[in-house]
Amino acid sequence: MVENRPLVTFLTHLVLVLGVLAIALPVWITFVASTHDQLRMNQAPLPLWPGEYFLENMKQTLFGSGLSGTETAPVWLMLLNSLAMALMISTGKIAISLLSAFAIVYFKFPFRMGFFWMIFITLMLPVEVRILPTFEVVANLGMLNSYWGLSIPLIASATATFMFRQVFLTVPDELLESARIDGAGPLRFFFDILLPLSRTNIAALFVILFIFGWNQYLWPLLITTDTSMTTIVMSIKQMLEAAEQSPQWNIIMTTALLAMIPPVFVVIAMQKLFVQGLTETDK
Amino acid sequence: MLKRVHFPTSALPYLLVAPQILITLVFFIWPASQAMYQSFLIEDAFGLGTEFVWFENFEILWSDSHYLASFQRTAVFSLLVAGLSMGVALLLAGFAQRVVRGAMFYRTLLIWPYAVAPVLAGALWVFMFNPTLGIFPYFLEFAGITWNHYLNGNQAMALVILAAAWKQVAYNFLFYLAAMQSIPNSVIEAAAIDGAGPARRFWTIIFPLISPTTFFLLVINMVYAFFETFGIIHAVTQGGPGTSTTILVYKVFNDGFVGLDLGGSAAQSVVLMVLVIAMTVVQFRFVERKVAY
Repeated sequence: MVENRPLVTFLTHLVLVLGVLAIALPVWITFVASTHDQLRMNQAPLPLWPGEYFLENMKQTLFGSGLSGTETAPVWLMLLNSLAMALMISTGKIAISLLSAFAIVYFKFPFRMGFFWMIFITLMLPVEVRILPTFEVVANLGMLNSYWGLSIPLIASATATFMFRQVFLTVPDELLESARIDGAGPLRFFFDILLPLSRTNIAALFVILFIFGWNQYLWPLLITTDTSMTTIVMSIKQMLEAAEQSPQWNIIMTTALLAMIPPVFVVIAMQKLFVQGLTETDK
Repeated sequence: MLKRVHFPTSALPYLLVAPQILITLVFFIWPASQAMYQSFLIEDAFGLGTEFVWFENFEILWSDSHYLASFQRTAVFSLLVAGLSMGVALLLAGFAQRVVRGAMFYRTLLIWPYAVAPVLAGALWVFMFNPTLGIFPYFLEFAGITWNHYLNGNQAMALVILAAAWKQVAYNFLFYLAAMQSIPNSVIEAAAIDGAGPARRFWTIIFPLISPTTFFLLVINMVYAFFETFGIIHAVTQGGPGTSTTILVYKVFNDGFVGLDLGGSAAQSVVLMVLVIAMTVVQFRFVERKVAY
């Protein structure tokens, strides 16, 4: 800060606090809704201050029938499905991208550029625009209603490959030269030198991909018809639809809270890596 | 680009790229070419016969007033989402950058909506604006505004824009903050010595210096508004009332999965692909310029 004027400092904090309040407001209201019983949640105006039913709502949402009058999987199972999907997407994507980036940067082989461009082109098309044919492929392979179907098609994207390619290109050539003089083969070099060097990038990417996987919506909505494969994020929509008949906003908002805690926790806990991952790779 | 030093050719690199190439071929190249091919077909309503019609689907699209209206709507929607979220983010970053103590505190409190799924953001906002129970309609009543986004198309649009922008502020904030912090302090100090106040310094020095970031964010936000807001719209309005919030990506889904107009939906996919490729090329050129190998 250049000058020290109390008024400007006050204004700065005022704007920031207002910004934080505006950003936090929807979640505060969600939290408040998850602490009242159904009766209170059906009277206007809705409360702005927490009630005392939080634990009860949590218990009912997680282990009880959840939203009554609908046939959905128990919420703990949905959380588990989301977790499996997010972990499979993030680890899968990191693993295949590390390998292919390694091959493209450190080997000279026929069709290298062909492979590179084939991967590159996937950078451009989000799953939403090719959703119908992708759905058909997954259906033909018999992968509907499975963890594989949930995660593998979303692993096919180039962003991670590009990031690792960038990281590998900054590794000095001398490292490879000396490793080869010491008699290290490609795999040895990969595991003992490249992998440790890209540790922070892997971690940052993991945070971003975990959130990406956890927050998937359209894809799981299409390929899972079995309620036991429902993910928590897609269940919210079904609950909103059910709410039009019998509003149980306390349960819906408790579910919403549960659905946002894991990714928000990951972002806040790994903040430094996450910020670094975003701003350095330009995603 | 290749390293100057590399390993000799063997079967190994093929094995290494195999998983990614396989997944890309099966779940990417194949479906994308299917979409391309389907966009040249017209299938009758019962799926009994298909006819290869070259560009007829596209011609139908361009003469379809619903499609053109959806195009326009998407443009308005994404510009407003980008403008609102970038504007708020710029304001907050501009002030956050002045803070010395508590910077981390504010940053933590501002970045977490990035982690909230779009469909959840939609659910939160639809709850707050529920016409009978929501907090905001209750207060808007005092201002003489009757809120019902189930009936009023403009209000529905406003609601999805708010929800979409709310979620994106965090991302833009981070990039703006990073860009501002990379401006050398000496430049700012020199301007201060010359007597420029905080507001003037912002507009004449900081803002022009971060314009590449603004451009980059504009592209990113357009892509976000085009594709990732599907969940918000599906949860909040389902494209309605009428078609007042049916943006392009929602129309692809709706025509394909609900209306079962496969050829038309595929043609729309192809148009979207071309759009997003154009945006990605622009973005990539920017990244390429910034990143030094």
